[in-house]
Amino acid sequence: MTDDTLPATPRVIRDEMIAFAVMTVLLLLVPLTGLYPFFVMQGLCFALLACAFNLLIGYGGLLSFGHAMFLGTGGYVTAHAVKVWGAPPELGILIGLAASAGLGIITGIVAIRRQGIYFAMITLALSQLIYFIYLQAPFTHGEDGIQGIPQGRMLGIFDLSKPMVLYYVIVAGFLFGFLVIFRAINSPFGEVLKSIRENEQRAISLGYKTDQYKLLAFILSGALAGFAGSLKVFVVQNASLSDVEVGMSGLIVLMTLVGGLGTVFGPVIGAFIIVATQQYLAGFGSWVTVIQGSIFVACVLTFRRGIVGEMAHLFRRSL
Amino acid sequence: MQALYAQLLVGLINGSFYALLSLGLAVIFGMLNIINFAHGALYMMGAFCAYFLLNIWGIGYWWALILAPIAVGIFGMVLERTMLQWLAGLDHLYGLLLTFGLALIIQGIFQNYFGSSGLPYAIPDELKGGMNLGFMFLPIYRGWVVVFSLVVCLATWYLIERTRLGAYLRAATENPTLVRAFGINVPRMITLTYGLGVGLAALAGVLSAPINQVRPLMGENIIIVVFAVVVIGGMGSIMGSIITGFALGVIEGLTKYFYPEASNTVVFVLMVLVLLVKPTGLTGRAA
Repeated sequence: MTDDTLPATPRVIRDEMIAFAVMTVLLLLVPLTGLYPFFVMQGLCFALLACAFNLLIGYGGLLSFGHAMFLGTGGYVTAHAVKVWGAPPELGILIGLAASAGLGIITGIVAIRRQGIYFAMITLALSQLIYFIYLQAPFTHGEDGIQGIPQGRMLGIFDLSKPMVLYYVIVAGFLFGFLVIFRAINSPFGEVLKSIRENEQRAISLGYKTDQYKLLAFILSGALAGFAGSLKVFVVQNASLSDVEVGMSGLIVLMTLVGGLGTVFGPVIGAFIIVATQQYLAGFGSWVTVIQGSIFVACVLTFRRGIVGEMAHLFRRSL
Repeated sequence: MQALYAQLLVGLINGSFYALLSLGLAVIFGMLNIINFAHGALYMMGAFCAYFLLNIWGIGYWWALILAPIAVGIFGMVLERTMLQWLAGLDHLYGLLLTFGLALIIQGIFQNYFGSSGLPYAIPDELKGGMNLGFMFLPIYRGWVVVFSLVVCLATWYLIERTRLGAYLRAATENPTLVRAFGINVPRMITLTYGLGVGLAALAGVLSAPINQVRPLMGENIIIVVFAVVVIGGMGSIMGSIITGFALGVIEGLTKYFYPEASNTVVFVLMVLVLLVKPTGLTGRAA
């Protein structure tokens, strides 16, 4: 969406590497600061989700208004595998990841048939379809959701019911997902995606099968969003319909918009800001919706580049 | 058979709302290049407007049918003047994001004051009761909604496709710069178009108030269905929006009778099928 992203020169890569190192050190030090780890873990799950969403909009120019369906699918399937089938956490996460990747293939084939505004409406309608399926499917327990999910032992060694262990597992999961996206956007695949965003006809005329690239990006984005949902299950220990609702899809868009569409670190910052506002404003009831709507309007009207995007523009750096 | 006819009627009524809403979306998209996500919230405002008119000033249904679309239309024009007009020339997606934010604000405010439960709105005396058609019992109000919506849809079609004003409108959709060169105030036309589209949504809201009650979130789900309708029908043709709207309402009604479990999802499933067979939509041109 922003056309002033710099080409991946060595300096750009170096800037991003430094920022990545700073982020990693900060995350590793969080337990020493006394910051509420539950909040940070939740923030990290949403940050990964927003990064996955950003892969599509920021680099492929595809606005998905239904990414909640992947979050919910990853969450429900992992929760079911762990609670009902008694799968260990790592297997539960793998099954959740596979399910959301599968959903990505099916919905992607349908959604990429249209571009731009239609793509957004189609993904929104598809996620509503998935919502109604989960509302009626017996394994999701409808309005109640899946409650009391056991955390178990990761790989048989790491006891996830210990907050510190869980924290570092979530950090590891987030960093893994983040690096996958970082690698993807700096690869030849990422370059082709950017060219599709800028001028799809031209990319086609150069011989790229753009549909295949878009589908692959959609599946990758969906799978990683599902991965975020799977991780979140071990943090909040439940999976409910609120993760599949339209409101959640809107929230994902908002996080990325606030942080900066098409920036590497923007979605992370945006996710933490939105999770924090939800935390602090929880007492205001439906005013939270009004405030979130106002942030949307303010972002679109005044700072479309988002926080990180505006900063990067100011310092002429890529972040 | 009685139940089948009853569901068909419900389908026709929902179809009327889909037609009115998708018609407004198509008209707005044509002129502003914006998908109006706030359409559902403005539909809800139409219903609330009728409710306020009745309960605060004692103004009844027939006046509400005229006043509510005008009031909400003016509100829409203010939104267009103060916010939407600044998005001209930007990626279409920003319009979607801005109007989504507006929908959140409007719905949040109403929810804050009126909660989530429905407020009753009585059917006007003239349209109370029903008549026996021999094969089914037809509540007069429901018949009225279908007929009146159809008339409004056709009038809008006539306005846009057959009048001079409509010709200007269509010309400005194709090439706004050239139309301005002829001395026509295109920005004002854009504002009025937005007001017209929003007014149609508000009218649908007033019509639905006696049937579905007045709820702050009444527009939240219907707008997503209408998006699917728009994807199926394509936004290229006014008549296409009308026909697709009514047809999908009827199909949804039939599904409620034959396979109720799928009644919520049938429109979305149809959208998937249409996309697989004819990605541009049934009447749409390539985007």
